[in-house]
Amino acid sequence: MDVQLRNNVKVVGPPGAPVVVLAHGFGCDQNMWRLVVPALAQRHRVVLFDYVGSGGSVLSAWDEDRYSSLDGYARDVTEVCAALDLRDATFVGHSVSAMVGVLAAQSAPERIGGLVMVAPSPRYIDDEGYRGGFTAEDIDELLASLEANYLGWSSAMAPVIMGNPDRPELGNELVNSFCATDPAIARVFARTTFLSDTRDELRQVAVPTLVLECSQDAIAPREVGAYVHAQIAGSQLITLDATGHCPQLSAPEATVQAILAFLETRR
Amino acid sequence: MCRTGDVDEPFESGSETGTDAAFTALLEDSAEELYEAAPCGYLSTLMDGTIAKINTTLLDWLGMERTSVVGRLRFPDLLTVGGKLYHETHYAPLLRMQGSLRGIALELKTADGGRLPVLVSSQVKFGSEGEPLLIRATVFDASDRRAYEKELLHRRQEAERARAEAEAARRQAEADRGRLADALAVLQQSLVPSSLPAIQGLESAVYYQAASPEQLGGDFYDLFPVDDKRWAFFLGDVCGKGPEAAALTSLTRYTLRAAAVHDPEPQVALRTLNAVLHERYADSGDPRFCTCLFGVVEPDPRTGRALVRLASGGHPSALALRTGGGAELLPTPGGMLIGVLPDARMRTAQTTLNRGDTLLLYTDGLTEARTGPDAGSMLGEDALLSFAAEHAPAAPRELIAALTGLLADATPGPTDDTALLALGVPFTDHAGTADG
Repeated sequence: MDVQLRNNVKVVGPPGAPVVVLAHGFGCDQNMWRLVVPALAQRHRVVLFDYVGSGGSVLSAWDEDRYSSLDGYARDVTEVCAALDLRDATFVGHSVSAMVGVLAAQSAPERIGGLVMVAPSPRYIDDEGYRGGFTAEDIDELLASLEANYLGWSSAMAPVIMGNPDRPELGNELVNSFCATDPAIARVFARTTFLSDTRDELRQVAVPTLVLECSQDAIAPREVGAYVHAQIAGSQLITLDATGHCPQLSAPEATVQAILAFLETRR
Repeated sequence: MCRTGDVDEPFESGSETGTDAAFTALLEDSAEELYEAAPCGYLSTLMDGTIAKINTTLLDWLGMERTSVVGRLRFPDLLTVGGKLYHETHYAPLLRMQGSLRGIALELKTADGGRLPVLVSSQVKFGSEGEPLLIRATVFDASDRRAYEKELLHRRQEAERARAEAEAARRQAEADRGRLADALAVLQQSLVPSSLPAIQGLESAVYYQAASPEQLGGDFYDLFPVDDKRWAFFLGDVCGKGPEAAALTSLTRYTLRAAAVHDPEPQVALRTLNAVLHERYADSGDPRFCTCLFGVVEPDPRTGRALVRLASGGHPSALALRTGGGAELLPTPGGMLIGVLPDARMRTAQTTLNRGDTLLLYTDGLTEARTGPDAGSMLGEDALLSFAAEHAPAAPRELIAALTGLLADATPGPTDDTALLALGVPFTDHAGTADG
């Protein structure tokens, strides 16, 4: 299957400009980046995509085995990079995608030359000598919350939602459509995300890296940001004055500034 | 509603004083009162979630004081941890992107440690410049409804689990069936030779088809040397199908092979087989028998002739296709079913194959094949003889190909096992063999 179709790939910005790949995390889709794309696309080629199973991706390409490990998502990234023949791109990953970017950069070093990790966490569940912010019971509770909101998903509406992600005229009827996901797929993504432990991968990072954290993030607390920064040699840590887990939505200007400043150092 | 003009409106004839009193009461219900004591919770937050305003109904549900909530807590602080995660990954992003949300299922933590299932709808209030100012949320108590939904979810999970188990069982059964088919195929291969030997001055061809891949076939054949001049061959059909028939086939094949090496005289070999089968099955309570043609051929490359000696145990006669055209049955008199009586009588018949002559041995899968033009009547021996005569002369390989074509046209397809063995003296002297 055509990877660009499969992953609903969108490319904006001047051809030939340095490439920035924006990867959404668990929950929604590439629309998460809509407030920062215009500023980034002025002087950069911006690549947007949805992981298989999310947003406008081709659901039939989803496979439980593959997407039950972060490596499966990293393969989506490297396959999108290969389909566009990207070289030395900067990968901006939000939330779990920050760690997906770390894995992708390891397997395709020629394609990914820099990482921006937005609100990253290599492990969400507390461990001995490590505080991720959650207990295993908390994650079960999240899965229950997802189950409770399955009711927002209707298999009859799914083709409409999936087939027309860019048709705002459908918006009124399709409230919550940006985050509408097949419940079975969402459950697998949630488990894979929140039960992951990729702390050992951090030391392997060999490309310039910017860690962007929020001052008040219920999912990735400050300690986790500091941990990620400490584990990646030579990384840069910026704490945005933002509340919540999605600075690209709650503090888009500050987020853009930080990303652009990092991109300048890579020119 | 459309007024029809000439019909009295029922409300106009009602009690005007009662209606007035109700309206008056409504007018005294101030907006403030409506907000505070509404049958649902109201909540307004800043864009970062800090609670700016909350109504009494919601405070009562939470069991909290206004002073400890307003300006002190953020909306996610009211949620369970799972709800917080959902808020960060779905709720907040969606609200930012679409400006409103409807009917999100969450749980509030109450002051006494309880949990209140709610449905939340939110709307962003925008300023004159389109900048987001605050978030308004309406909170509905969904305890009953959520209990019912949980029940439904529980049932669905059970159904999904049952489906997964059924699927696993189906896969296991499929795997078992595959292993069984593999075992049967190996067993089946032990009942017939994997290929025919190349013989100087004699050409051979064979066709073998079990009626169904899951059933072991009951037909058998073989061709093997008995000394440096002579070759034994046989073809037959055991009664029945399946494992018992396969055991009988195996016993038959190896008995005939051993008997032929001891004494290749056809009637002797078949009598030996008869004795063995009778001894084995007659008193077992499960009498079993077979039919069989057994022969010995002695090709003479020098003269281009092959002497054939042939005996039958209750089996349809062999056919000979002659080099000058025409075909004939080779009568094998006195043949009785093998394994039925303790002492079977058989006699050996003899014929000579000249260059271009072909001998055909077949099982009833061929003559009972529904190849007839009129709605699947059986081929029969007479039609087979005519078919052979039309095709004579035919080398073994050509004859088997022609018969295979005939079988392929049968409707319905093969219902019985079919074995065909053809032996012929080639026009040239080179040895030849071909498996059908």
